[in-house]
Amino acid sequence: MEKFGFTISRGRQIDYDANNRFVAEYIRDREPSFRLCIECGCCSATCTTGNFTRFSLRELQILIRRGENDQVRENIKKCMLCGKCTLVCPRGVNTRNVVTLAREAFQKEVKYAV
Amino acid sequence: MQFDLFVIPFNIGLYFILIYAVARSVLWFMDLSRSDKLRLQRGFFGRSFGQSLKEIFLESLIHRKILKSNFRLGYMHMSLAFGWFLLILFGTIEADVFGESHLNAPYKAIFFKFFNPDHGRYGLEALFSFWMDLLLAFILSGLLLAVIKRFSSRAVGLKKTTRLKPLDKVALTALWLIFPSRLIAESLTSGAYETGSFLTGSLGSVLASFLPASQLAYPFWWLYSISLGTFFLLLPLTRYMHIPTELFLIFARNSGIKTGDQSGAFREMQVYSCSSCGICIDACQLNFSAGITNIQSAYLLKGIRNYEDVSEIAHNCLMCGRCDVKCPVGIELTPIRMISRRNGHAIHVEKNIIKKYFPERQQQVQIKTKGQPVFSWLPETVSEKTDVLYFAGCMTHLTPSIKNSMVKILDASGMSYKFLDKEGGACCGRPLMLAGQDKEARELINYNSQLIWKSGAHTLVTSCPICYKIFRESYYLDVEVLHHTQYIKMLIEENSIKLRFLRKNIAYHAPCELGRGSGVYDEPKAVLQHVARLQKTSFDDENSLCCGGSLGNMKISSQKKSKLAHDAVRELTKGNPDMLATACPLCKKTFSPVTATKVADIAEIVAEALVVPPVKRIIPQMNYRINEPARII
Repeated sequence: MEKFGFTISRGRQIDYDANNRFVAEYIRDREPSFRLCIECGCCSATCTTGNFTRFSLRELQILIRRGENDQVRENIKKCMLCGKCTLVCPRGVNTRNVVTLAREAFQKEVKYAV
Repeated sequence: MQFDLFVIPFNIGLYFILIYAVARSVLWFMDLSRSDKLRLQRGFFGRSFGQSLKEIFLESLIHRKILKSNFRLGYMHMSLAFGWFLLILFGTIEADVFGESHLNAPYKAIFFKFFNPDHGRYGLEALFSFWMDLLLAFILSGLLLAVIKRFSSRAVGLKKTTRLKPLDKVALTALWLIFPSRLIAESLTSGAYETGSFLTGSLGSVLASFLPASQLAYPFWWLYSISLGTFFLLLPLTRYMHIPTELFLIFARNSGIKTGDQSGAFREMQVYSCSSCGICIDACQLNFSAGITNIQSAYLLKGIRNYEDVSEIAHNCLMCGRCDVKCPVGIELTPIRMISRRNGHAIHVEKNIIKKYFPERQQQVQIKTKGQPVFSWLPETVSEKTDVLYFAGCMTHLTPSIKNSMVKILDASGMSYKFLDKEGGACCGRPLMLAGQDKEARELINYNSQLIWKSGAHTLVTSCPICYKIFRESYYLDVEVLHHTQYIKMLIEENSIKLRFLRKNIAYHAPCELGRGSGVYDEPKAVLQHVARLQKTSFDDENSLCCGGSLGNMKISSQKKSKLAHDAVRELTKGNPDMLATACPLCKKTFSPVTATKVADIAEIVAEALVVPPVKRIIPQMNYRINEPARII
């Protein structure tokens, strides 16, 4: 078959049935302010880690909610918990606790793997 | 031979508790690290022995610290501890002098009246029984306060008192029964034989007038013995374990043993030394501002003693250290909490009651040291050589006016310095440490240490008390770490910067990490006094409040945080100052939105008062004259 250099782009739909929303639920139950996020990106703008490397808490929060955990699992460890994002958040989301709970959830996910 | 069956419960209890105390002390001693063992031996046979005895007398018996802070509560503790001690001491002397023989078994002193009912009629004997009655009255007055406290804690000046578990209640009832039953038993015996002094004698004659005193006395002697025995048997399982443990703790502490980050025997000793007096509950801002009443240090230590899962309690704390300062036993509460945070969730909850008497060494959670590095993506460390380094810290970058003020001051001083994290640096590691993630924090510490080493600096100035604390405590650096208030004070003393006097009233809020955390109280105030009029507040120095923004607590909601900030600011601005000064960017950030008073960091105030040195400006343009400031100091 002739190769023209085109590929089929990966599917971009969010499949809530297939995605594991365990982490999102874990965080939501323990830190209710997680629901308040409006994805404004203030946290990412002020981030100490984001200053050095590609790390955006806004992006990670969105992915956690969708249940697309693979990218979050490695990236969430990069956070230094310095707490600037909590201070700038206009909605009062306790972001430090969100990150800590996400790390906890991933540890437990490994322990009780389905 | 004077003996009666009713002394058996008391004897069992007494010999059990004596043997138990010795066995437990030996176990604790064996669990100490080698160097701590040597320290304790040296302390025990050395100079600090006298000091320890003095401290035991003043703190364990007289309860001087509680008396100072709260007289009624102190009196309650003193009358029970010191009164009981004197009662035992003089009871033994009485039995020795007036008894049938010298060197009696302990029960003969305790139940002296039963075996010598005729004692105390004339002369020295009467004087002695008067003294014993006085002691009993002293204890009973304290006991009355304790009973009132259980039902209304405000009566003894405490807003909240500790909640008890069932076993504590049984032991408490036994303790409460001891002295009234002694009173009634002695009174009835005295009434039957017409002896006794002002208390037992008069009560005895009243009771004997309408009751068969000689028959009724015997059951009350039984009750007295049983309540003593029960109390002694339950003591190791309840908070009353603090009575023997505190003695051991005082010796260990005076020998120079510290908690540090060891979860070993010394920590366990401190955990058992807590008497749940409740002073930490009243000191806690989460209690009196935010209404969270189940996480205070007394409950943390109780949870550890009972082998409960304390991770939730351990994390819900501002780590402000107010309870550390107030604790009458001097337990290092914040370090113990840090250890609990690091240990994570408890795995094992002990249910077996017999095992509780000799708890196994709490399974030490190994601190992760292996595994993939998390912060390997941090850029290579490159540093320029310099003498003085300025490290702003994350929070200072969030409040750029502090950073700019510091740059202005450092420029004006003419010192050669380098701004280490001008473009934003890595975090100092303390926030991770406060979250109990020690391994990750160590990585950041190593990274920053390399940066500082490579610069060859001898002084490191930081604007953030959080960074300041960890730089001093957990970094192994060969540099002098200074908070910017300390550095500014040094600059003023060296005459490197000239400041004018701002005609303002300023109230100073001492940040937790700088004040109680690192013991820096005087320098910030000295700097402020140099440039303005410093107002006193009712929360100065060790008693200062937490702003509520603390990185120590991840669990409280933003509403409660702002409630804390509101309450703290209201207290601090009671004197209507023109400005509220602080030395911490986080405190500034937390206070600014909740008050109409201007909140400023000391660096900003100093930068405002700065008189730009004329030398630098005048040399290029000679005819340029700056206006003379109102007053130069």
